[in-house]
Amino acid sequence: MSVEINVNKAVKKYGNLTIIPGLDEHIKNGEFFTLLGPSGCGKTTLLRMIAGFNSIEGGTIAFNDKVINDIPAHERNIGMVFQSYAIFPHLTVRENVEYGLKLRKLSKEEMKRKVDEILDVVQITEYQDRLPERLSGGQQQRVALARAIVIHPSVLLMDEPLSNLDAKLRVEMRSAIREVQKQVGITTVYVTHDQEEALSISDRIAVMKKGVIQQTAAPHTIYTRPYNVFVSTFIGHSNLFHATVRADGQGKAVVFRDGYSMPMENLSDEAADGMEVIVSVRPEEFSIQAQGLKCKIKNKVFLGKYNTYFLEFPEEMLIPDQPSIEFSQDLGHAEKLLDIDEEVTLRPNAAKVNIFTADGERNLLRGVVLHE
Amino acid sequence: MNKKLIRWDFWTGVTLLAIVVFGLFLIYPLFSLFVTAFQDPETGAFTMGHFTHFFDRRYYYQSMINSFSVTTCVTVLAIIIGTILAYFMSMYRVRGRNIVEICIIISLLSPPFIGAYSWILIGGRSGVLTQWLQSSFGIEAPSIYGFSGILLVLTLKLYPFIYLYVSGALKSIDAALIEAAESLGCSGIRKVFTVIVPLITPTILAGALMVFMNAMADFGTPMLIGEGFNVMPVMIYSEFINEVGDQANFAAAMAAIMVFITSAIFLLQKYIVNRKSFTMSSLRPIQMGELHGIRNVLMHAGIYLLVALSLVPQLMVIYTSFMKTNGAIFVDGYSLDSYRTIFSSLGSAIQNTYLFSTCAIVFIIFLGMTVAYLTTRRKSWLTEVIDTLTMFPYIIPGSVLGITLLLAFNDEPMLLSGTAFIIIISLVIRRLPYTLRSSSAILYQISPSMEEASISLGASPLKTFFRITAVMMLPGVMSGAILSWITAINELSSSVILFTGATKTMSVAIYTEVIRASYGTAAALSTILTVTTIAAMVIFFKVSGRKDVTL
Ligand SMILES: Nc1ncnc2c1ncn2[C@@H]1O[C@H](COP(=O)(O)OP(=O)(O)OP(=O)(O)O)[C@@H](O)[C@H]1O
Ligand SMILES: [Mg+2]
Repeated sequence: MSVEINVNKAVKKYGNLTIIPGLDEHIKNGEFFTLLGPSGCGKTTLLRMIAGFNSIEGGTIAFNDKVINDIPAHERNIGMVFQSYAIFPHLTVRENVEYGLKLRKLSKEEMKRKVDEILDVVQITEYQDRLPERLSGGQQQRVALARAIVIHPSVLLMDEPLSNLDAKLRVEMRSAIREVQKQVGITTVYVTHDQEEALSISDRIAVMKKGVIQQTAAPHTIYTRPYNVFVSTFIGHSNLFHATVRADGQGKAVVFRDGYSMPMENLSDEAADGMEVIVSVRPEEFSIQAQGLKCKIKNKVFLGKYNTYFLEFPEEMLIPDQPSIEFSQDLGHAEKLLDIDEEVTLRPNAAKVNIFTADGERNLLRGVVLHE
Repeated sequence: MNKKLIRWDFWTGVTLLAIVVFGLFLIYPLFSLFVTAFQDPETGAFTMGHFTHFFDRRYYYQSMINSFSVTTCVTVLAIIIGTILAYFMSMYRVRGRNIVEICIIISLLSPPFIGAYSWILIGGRSGVLTQWLQSSFGIEAPSIYGFSGILLVLTLKLYPFIYLYVSGALKSIDAALIEAAESLGCSGIRKVFTVIVPLITPTILAGALMVFMNAMADFGTPMLIGEGFNVMPVMIYSEFINEVGDQANFAAAMAAIMVFITSAIFLLQKYIVNRKSFTMSSLRPIQMGELHGIRNVLMHAGIYLLVALSLVPQLMVIYTSFMKTNGAIFVDGYSLDSYRTIFSSLGSAIQNTYLFSTCAIVFIIFLGMTVAYLTTRRKSWLTEVIDTLTMFPYIIPGSVLGITLLLAFNDEPMLLSGTAFIIIISLVIRRLPYTLRSSSAILYQISPSMEEASISLGASPLKTFFRITAVMMLPGVMSGAILSWITAINELSSSVILFTGATKTMSVAIYTEVIRASYGTAAALSTILTVTTIAAMVIFFKVSGRKDVTL
C-alpha cells in the first residue's frame, strides 16, 4: 500500500564530497511530490537514496514509520520510471509489465487481470505483443509507467521521465501521468528541472539548491510566495530592488532608493523601521500609473498575449547582477503601448510583491513558511 | 539479512573462482617457471647458468634471432597485404566480396600447420608442383623449407588479422574527413598517406601486435616446414621433451626469455598506441567507388589471387583426404580409406576435440560474463587484480603455457598432467581474456538503469543479473564464444605439450600423423576440422547477424 515518506537529516557523501548535507522532508501519503532545482543540485541523488540505489551516509529515510536505510532496493517495493525508459528489450510489452508481478508469485488469472487493467489505463493494450524497440518514445514511457505501477508499489519514483520526449508529447504524457497517478492514488516523487512541468503536475514542489531544500509548498504558493530570493528568481522571473522598511504610527511601508514609498499591509513583525530589504516584483506585478518607479524602456518583445518590456533603472536602485528587469503588459487590458526609449512610471502591486531580508534568505511577509 | 549473505556469496564465489583459475593455473605455473629457470638442477641453488648457456651457444641464441627475423618479416608483410586488401575492399566495389571475406576468415581460423603441411604437399621435396616442374621443365624449384616456407605460410595465415582490423577502422572514418582533405586540394595517393593512413595507424598497430604474437608463438608451422631453421617455440619444445627427466630448467629459461620478449613487445605496442590513440565515430561512412578498365581488372586479379593462395592449403587437404592410400603412401585413385582409418583408430581424438573445446567454452562463457559484470559494475581492488591477471595470457605463447602447466602440475598433490582437465584449463586460460574483453564491451552498452528497473520491480541483484543482464549480453557473448570455440578446436601449441594418448585432440593427431608422414589420415582429420570450422562460422553469422568478425 501507498506510504508517506519521512526523510530525516539524510546525508549523502561521495568520498569527501558532501552532496546532501542533511535534508528533512515529509512527503504525504498519496501526494504527487516534485523535486525541482538546477542541474547538479542533487535531485537524482535524493531520489536514488529513496529507491535504494544510493547509500545513505547519515540520517534516516522512513516509509511510514519503518526506517528503510538498510533494506536493499529490491525489497523496498518501489516503482521507478527512468529517463531512458529502461524497457527490457528482449521482452514484449506485456512481458515487461508482467516482470514485477511474476516475482510476486501471483496466480495466473490475477496477473492477467492486473496486466490487462493497467495496459488499459495507460492505453497501450494494442501494442502488448510488440517488442519495445518498435514503439515510439511516448509509448515506451507508457510501458515504463505501467510496469512500475502494476506492482502496486509503496511509492512511485520518476526521474525526468519526460525529458526525452518532444514538447507536444511531453504535455500529453504529463497529464497522462497525473491522471494515472490520481487514479491509482500512489505516493509519487517526481524529479524534473522543467518548472512549467513541475507547476502544472504537482501537489507540492520542493525547490532544491546544492542539496538543500529551499522551500516546499503547493505550486501556487511557490510562485506567489517564494520563501527566499533563490526560489523567487528560479521559478519565473523576478525583478529585485533595494529598499528600506519604514514603520510609523500609521503602518509599514518600503521605500525604494528613488524615494518612492510603497505602503505594505502584510509585513511580519520582524520588519522593523530602517531595515534594509529586497523587494521582488514579478514582471506582471507592475502597472503604468502616475505614481511609482520611474524608468526607461530599453527594448521590447511582442509575445502574443503579452508585451515584454526590458527596463532601465538607475543602477543604485537594483540588486546587482540581474539578467534583466522586465515588465510584461497584458495586451487584453493594456491602454497604452510603450515605445523604446520612452520614459514611464510603473507601480508595483503592493499586495503581490514579496519582501526579503537583505541577504535574500527569508521572506518578510506574514505567513510564508519553509515547509508548507 | 540471510538473503544478503547469499548474494554476497555468489559474487564473492565468482571472484574467488576467477582468482583461483588465474592464480593457480596461470600465475603459479608462471612463477614456478621463472623459479625453475633460475635454479640449478642438482643443488636447487639460484643460478644464471641457464641464461648464460643460452646466450653462449650460437645454436640456441640463433633460434631467438630466427624467431625475431621471421616474425618481423611476417608482421611487415601481413601489414602490407592486409592493409592494401582492406583499402581496396572498403573503397571500391569488388565482385563477390562476401565470398572473398568468408574465404579470408576461414583461412584465418584454420590451424596454421595445415597450411604448412599442404604447402609441403605442393612445394616440398616430393610435392606436386616440385615434381611437375622437375619432370616437365627440368626446373629445380626453390626450397619451401626453412625461412621462406614459414614466411609464406604464416603471412598467408595472419594477414587476415590486419585485414579485419583495418576494414573496421576504414568503416569508422567519416566521409567528411576525406571530403575535407579533397576540398583542401589533397587527392589521390597523397590523400591516402596524409589522411587515411594516419587515421588507421593505431588500428594497424593493434593488428600488428596480434600478428606478431601469433607468429612468434606459432609452433606447428616452423616444426613442420622449418627443418634446419630453428625458432624458439620449436627449440623450447624439443629441449623440453628431451629434458623432462631433470626438471627442464633449461627449457624453462628459454620459455622465460620468450615471455620477456613478448611482454616487451606488448608493452611497447601499448605505449605507442596510448600515445596516438583517438576515437573515431563515423556519421557517414565513406562511399564505395568503382574502378574502371585495367585498374579494375588488376584489382580483382590481385584479390582473387590472394584469396586463392590463402585457400590452397584447405583445398589441397580436402583433395588429398579422398585419395587412395597404401599404408602412408598415396596411390592412384580415390577412396574413403583415410576416413575409415581415422574413425577406427583416432575416433577418440575427434571426440576429445569437441568435448574439450565445448567444456572450455561453457566455462569461458560463464566466467566471461560474470567476471565482466564484476569488473564493470562492481569495481573493487579485487576486480582490478583480476583485470590485470587476465592481461597475461595475451603475452604468453601457447607452448610456454603448456610447459608451465606441465611443470607446475607434474607432482603430487596436484598431479594433473595427462588429464583432460589440464587441457581444458589451458584452453580456458588462453581464450577467456578475449571473451572477457568483448563481454565488458557489451556490458558498457547496456544501461545500468535496465538493471535498476528490474531491482526496483523486486528482483534481487542476482536474479536481475540472470534474468536481464545475462540475457541481454548473451547474443553478443555467444557469437564471440563460437569464434573462441573455433580457435579451441584448432589449438595445437599448448595441447601438443599437454596431451597423452588418452587426451589426444584432432590437431595433435594431425600433427603426429604428419610427423609419421601419414598424410592421408592427417588430411582426413584436417578436412573434418575445416568442415567443422566452416559450419561454426555459418552458425556465427546466423547468431550474430553480422558480416564481419573480430577476434
Ligand atoms: N557517483 C558519483 N560520484 C561523485 N559525485 C557524484 C556522483 N553522482 C553524482 N555526483 C554529484 O552529485 C551532484 C548531484 O548530482 P545529481 O545527479 O543528483 O544532480 P541532479 O540534480 O539530478 O542534476 P540533473 O538535473 O542534471 O539531473 C552533482 O554535483 C554530481 O556531480
Ligand atoms: Mg538528475
